[in-house]
Parts: sequence; structure tokens; C-alpha cells
Amino acid sequence: MNRVLWLWGILFALWLPLSDHYTGLFLFFGVLACTIAVFFGARMGIVDRESVPVHLVWRGIRYVPWLVWEIFKSNVRVARIILAPRVRVDPSIVHFRASQRTDLGRFIYANSITLTPGTVTTGIVGDDFEVHAIVQEEIDGSEENEMNRRVSVLEGEAA
Amino acid sequence: MEQVLSVLIWALLLSGAFFLVSGALGMVRLPDVFTRMHAAGMADTMGAGLILVGLCVYSGANFVTLRLVLILAFLWFTSPIATHALAKAALSGGAEPYTVGAGDGGTDDGAGEGGGAP
Repeated sequence: MNRVLWLWGILFALWLPLSDHYTGLFLFFGVLACTIAVFFGARMGIVDRESVPVHLVWRGIRYVPWLVWEIFKSNVRVARIILAPRVRVDPSIVHFRASQRTDLGRFIYANSITLTPGTVTTGIVGDDFEVHAIVQEEIDGSEENEMNRRVSVLEGEAA
Repeated sequence: MEQVLSVLIWALLLSGAFFLVSGALGMVRLPDVFTRMHAAGMADTMGAGLILVGLCVYSGANFVTLRLVLILAFLWFTSPIATHALAKAALSGGAEPYTVGAGDGGTDDGAGEGGGAP
């Protein structure tokens, strides 16, 4: 029930700046639209820890700046590879085990890997990750372990 | 103040454009679909990101900025999923990932198609 209210609040907070009209009729339409959307979501039973992960918000605020910095650093590395006089790539596909316990944690980790240029998650089976890297060093460095650790922290202890 | 702000905006827009151009160049210079995905990822993340942040600074603190931030958030949430789907489709479609040594002549010929530096 708590999550349903959260979802309604998030949807309305999204609707308001996109609408930018504050007359009674428009606000009524917004309230109506959010209520109908949340009602159907709740009826389908899809308002759960995965679709409304509000329990991750506070830890997420600490994770995102670190992720953006990592994205920036790997962007610079890939740009150097591409702009070098001779393109020297050493691509490979590697397998490794991730330490997240929930599907949501794995999803966040896989997306973080793909979001940083130079590494793309090509498959996940259980906790076995299959990752394509443009050069070997992108994947067997300590930064990948650091990302794994940080996503596990973000995921929290309760599964 | 005005000038500092406009220098900052220009720096953000130009560095965003730099990553977009690098991504496009990577499309031409890199050898196969998987390595090219990494170049496309650059355009998705820093290219679009820096340009949108530049536009946020330009527009100031209002709802337009909030909408630009939303565009950026949705882009960063969805683009890795598209990239992942593309990689998976390429793998199950039988695309062989390029590896050094398996290709014609290894690293030194700039890895083939499209040729060398502009």
C-alpha cells in the first residue's frame, strides 16, 4: 500500500512539470490519470520492490555521482582508443560472478556496466555475467570490482 | 557573471559535440558490431549528457531544465537496455566478435574497414 502511494506521488510529480498548467480542470485530469494508472498497476500486481524501488533512493543518490564519474573516465579512455593514429583494440568476452543477490541488483549492475563505454553486458544467467570489453584492461581492472561492490552496497542487505 | 556562464555553456556543448564526433568516428574506424557498440555508447552517455547539461545551464532554474534532466534520466535508463538487446541479438544471430589475431593482420592495420585517420 505504501508503495502504491509512492508510485502515485512519483507519477504526479512527473506529470506536473510536463503539464505546467495549474488550473483546476488540468490538475483534476492529472490526478485522474495518475489514479487510473496506479489502480491498473496495483490490480495487475506489478507495484512491488522491482518496479517502485523507493528503498534504493537514498543509497542511489550516493551511487549516481560515482557512476557518472566512472562513465566520464571510460568515455575519455574509449575516445583515446578511437582517436589514436592507429586503432588498437583487443576485444574479448569474459565471464565472471557478480555478488548481487536480487534480480534488481543484477539489473542495476548490468546496466551500469553497459552505460560505461568500453564494456557491454551481453548476457546474464543467474549470477554469471557475460561482458564484452573493447580492450582487456577495461574488464580485469579493479574498477569493475569496485562497481560490483558499490552496487551490492546499493542493493542493501534485505533481499 | 554572464560571460562566465556563456563560456561554461560553450565548453559543455563543445565537449558534448566532441564525444558525439568521436562516437561517429568510432563507427567507421572500429572493426565489428561489438566494438562499434562501445563507440555508440559514448554518444549516448557523454555526448548527449554534456549537451543536455549545457542546455540546462543555458535555460536556468525552471521547468525546462527539469524536463531536460528528465530526458537525460530516461536516456540513461533506456540506452543500456537497447545496447544489451543489440549485443544479444548479434550474438544469437551468429556474429563472431572480432579478436586480435583472428582478423587479417592484427592490430597494426587499424583493424580494417573504413580505413585510417581522416
